Amino acid sequence: MSEQDKILNDITSKEYEYGFVTDIETHTLPKGLNEDIVRQISALKEEPEWMLEYRLDAYRKWLTMPLPEWAHLRIPPIDFQDVIYFAAPKKGPDKSSMDEVDPKLRETFDKLGIPLEEQMALAGVAVDAVMDSVSVKTTFRETLAEKGIIFCSMSEAIREYPDLVRKYLGSVVPVSDNFYSALNAAVFSDGSFCYIPKGVRCPMELSTYFRINAAGTGQFERTLIVADEGAYVSYLEGCTAPMRDENQLHAAVVEIVVEKDAEVKYSTVQNWYPGDAEGKGGIYNFVTKRGICRGDNARLSWTQVETGSAITWKYPSCILKGDNTVGEFYSVALTNNFQQADTGTKMIHIGKNSRSRIVSKGISAGRSENSYRGLVKVMPGAEGARNYSQCDSLLIGDKCGAHTFPYIDCRNTSAVVEHEATTSKISDDQLFYCNQRGIGTEEAVGLIVNGYAKEVLAKLPMEFAVEAQKLLSISLEGSVG
Amino acid sequence: MLKVKNLHASVDGKEILRGIDFEVKAGEVHAIMGPNGSGKSTFASVLAGNEKFEVTAGEVEYEGENLLEMSIEERARKGIFLGFQYPVEIPGVSMANFMKLAVAERRKAQGLEPLTAGQMLKYMREKAAVVELDAKLMNRAVNEGFSGGEKKKNEIFQMAMLEPRLSLLDETDSGLDIDALRIVATGVNRLRSESNATVLITHYQRLLDYIVPDFVHVLYKGRIIYSGGKELALKLEKEGYDWLINDYKE
Repeated sequence: MSEQDKILNDITSKEYEYGFVTDIETHTLPKGLNEDIVRQISALKEEPEWMLEYRLDAYRKWLTMPLPEWAHLRIPPIDFQDVIYFAAPKKGPDKSSMDEVDPKLRETFDKLGIPLEEQMALAGVAVDAVMDSVSVKTTFRETLAEKGIIFCSMSEAIREYPDLVRKYLGSVVPVSDNFYSALNAAVFSDGSFCYIPKGVRCPMELSTYFRINAAGTGQFERTLIVADEGAYVSYLEGCTAPMRDENQLHAAVVEIVVEKDAEVKYSTVQNWYPGDAEGKGGIYNFVTKRGICRGDNARLSWTQVETGSAITWKYPSCILKGDNTVGEFYSVALTNNFQQADTGTKMIHIGKNSRSRIVSKGISAGRSENSYRGLVKVMPGAEGARNYSQCDSLLIGDKCGAHTFPYIDCRNTSAVVEHEATTSKISDDQLFYCNQRGIGTEEAVGLIVNGYAKEVLAKLPMEFAVEAQKLLSISLEGSVG
Repeated sequence: MLKVKNLHASVDGKEILRGIDFEVKAGEVHAIMGPNGSGKSTFASVLAGNEKFEVTAGEVEYEGENLLEMSIEERARKGIFLGFQYPVEIPGVSMANFMKLAVAERRKAQGLEPLTAGQMLKYMREKAAVVELDAKLMNRAVNEGFSGGEKKKNEIFQMAMLEPRLSLLDETDSGLDIDALRIVATGVNRLRSESNATVLITHYQRLLDYIVPDFVHVLYKGRIIYSGGKELALKLEKEGYDWLINDYKE
C-alpha cells in the first residue's frame, strides 16, 4: 500500500458525526404494510375521511406497481413487510410552546446544530423539525402568519387548511407517478406545508430538518410548497440519521407549485447516514421531487448537495408550463466508499420561451458509483425554449465510477438545447503543488473539491454554503490515494 | 543549510540521479545547468519530496535534519520552496484562498499567529507589487487562464509570500520574454538575503545576467560533473557542454 493509499484509508475511516441515537420513548406501529396499517396511521393523525381515501387509493395502486429498476444502482431486495411505517416520539407533539417539547428532542436537534429557537431567530430562519414520523416543532409561525404565510407540519395543514391541501396535494406528483411516490402517499406521516399568499415575499428562509431516529423505521415525509402569484420563498432542507448496521428506507415526496410571477428556491443538504467504510448500513434514499411553474414568468430553482445515504435515487424536476418560465437545477453529488447515487433532473418545457439550466457536479471516491441522469424535454408548443446543461464528473482514486445519462427529447425546431460534459481527476500534480505550498493532502482534497463544486455551492444560502463546504471535505476524508 | 551526499533516485525503476553531491550555505545562490534530460528538474523535485521519484541511496541534510524523512508539506513548512516549471491549475480555488492556507501553514510552523483578513490582503498586495503581478489575479482560480508569464510571476509571488529559506527555481526563465524575465529576476534579487539561499535550475546563461550566482554546476547524466564560479556559465554559453561531456560518454 502506498503512502497516499494509507493516508486515504486513514481519512475514510473518519466517523459520521451525526450517528448518535436519541434514547427517547417512541410509539410505533407493528412492522409491515396493509390496509389496516394505513387506516391506523390516518386515525393516529386524526385525519378527515378524504385523506384516508387518498391513502387507501395510493396503497392499492402501490400494490400493482413495479419497482423502478432502470437506474444505474445495485439495490439489494427490500422487504417492505419488514419496515416500521410509523414511529413517533411518545410525548405528544403539542407544540404551542418550546417548553412543551421533550427536552431530549430539543437536545437532539441542538446536537445537530439546529437549536430550535434562539440561534435560528438570530439567523432569521423559520424551522420545522421532523423526527421519525412526526413534526416536533415549527418555529416562527406567528411572525409568518402576520404576512398570511402558512408554515406548519403537514399533519396540521391537513386538519387546519384542508381546502388548500386538497387543491394541491398530488397535483404535481400524482399518487401513481412511481412506486415510491405511491408508497409515500399511502403512509406518509408528516412533513412540512408552506403557502405563500399572493404578492408576498417571505421575509425569512424557511427550513425543515429531518431526522430518522428509531431503528427499523422508514421515514416517509411529504412536503408541499405553494407560492401564489408574485410570491417568493427560499426553502432549505437538511437531513441526518443515526449509524445503524441495517439499511433504513427513506421515501419522500416534495411537491412545489409556483404560480404566475412567483419564485421558489429549494435547497437541500442531504447527509443521511451513508453506511460504514465496508458498505454496511446506511439509508436508502428514494425521493421524488418535482415542481411546476404553472403561471407565466414563474421561476423554480433546485439546489442540492448530496453527500449521505447508501443509495440515492432522486431527480428534482421542473415542469415549465407557463410562458417565460425558468427552471434551474444545481447539484453536487458526492459518493465515497460503497455509496451509490443515481441523481439528476427533468426539465419539461411546455411554455413558450421557457428556459432551463442544469449544472451537475458529481464527485466519486472510494468504490462508489455516481451517475447523473437527466431529461430535457421540449414539447411542440414550447417556441423558443432554451436549455443549457453542464455535467461534470470528478474521480478520486481508480476504483470508483462516474456515469452520465443525458436524454434530450426535443419536439420544437426553434428550441436550443446545449449539453456539455467533462470528466476529470484530482491529479497527483495538483496534490503535489498544494503539498509543496505546505497544505496537507486532506486539506488539499477539500480545497480542490470545493473549488470544483463552487458554482453550485454559491447558489446555497450563506449559512448553508459554509456547512456544505465542511461537509464535502469531511465526506471525502481518506479518499485520496 | 543543505547537504546532499551521493543522492540516487529513480522513476519506474529507471535511475535518473546517480550520486549527487551538493552543498548550499545560507546567503548563496547556486545555478544548476546541463543539457536536456540530465536530471535537473528531477533533482529539484526530489528535494521537494515528490513521491513520483524513489530515493534509492544517499543522504540529504537540511538545517541539520534528515530531509528525506519529511513529508512534502513538512519540507514546505520548514522553508523549502519549489518554483514549478509547469505551475499547476486548480479550478475554482482562488489564489487568495490558496495563499491564505499556505501562509497560515508556514506561519504556524514558525510559531506565528495567522494573519487577519485585513493583514493578509495588505500583505498580498505588497508582494504582488514585487513581481508586478496584477492584484486582480488574486480573485482568479490558481493559475487558471493565466498567461505563461503570469504563471511564472505567480510562482515568484508565492515565494515572496512564503518567505522560504531555500528556494529551488525550476526553469523559472523558460518561456519568458525579456521584460518578464527582468521582472522575475528583480523579484528574486529583492528576496535574496544573508539567511536564505536560492538554487536556480536553468538552460540559459541569459537568466544569470540578471541573477548573478555564486556557484555554477553542470549536471549530466544524474551527476554533477563540474562546478565553478559565475564565469563558468559564460563559457558554457560560448562553448556548449561538449568539452565537459566528452569524458563522460558511455
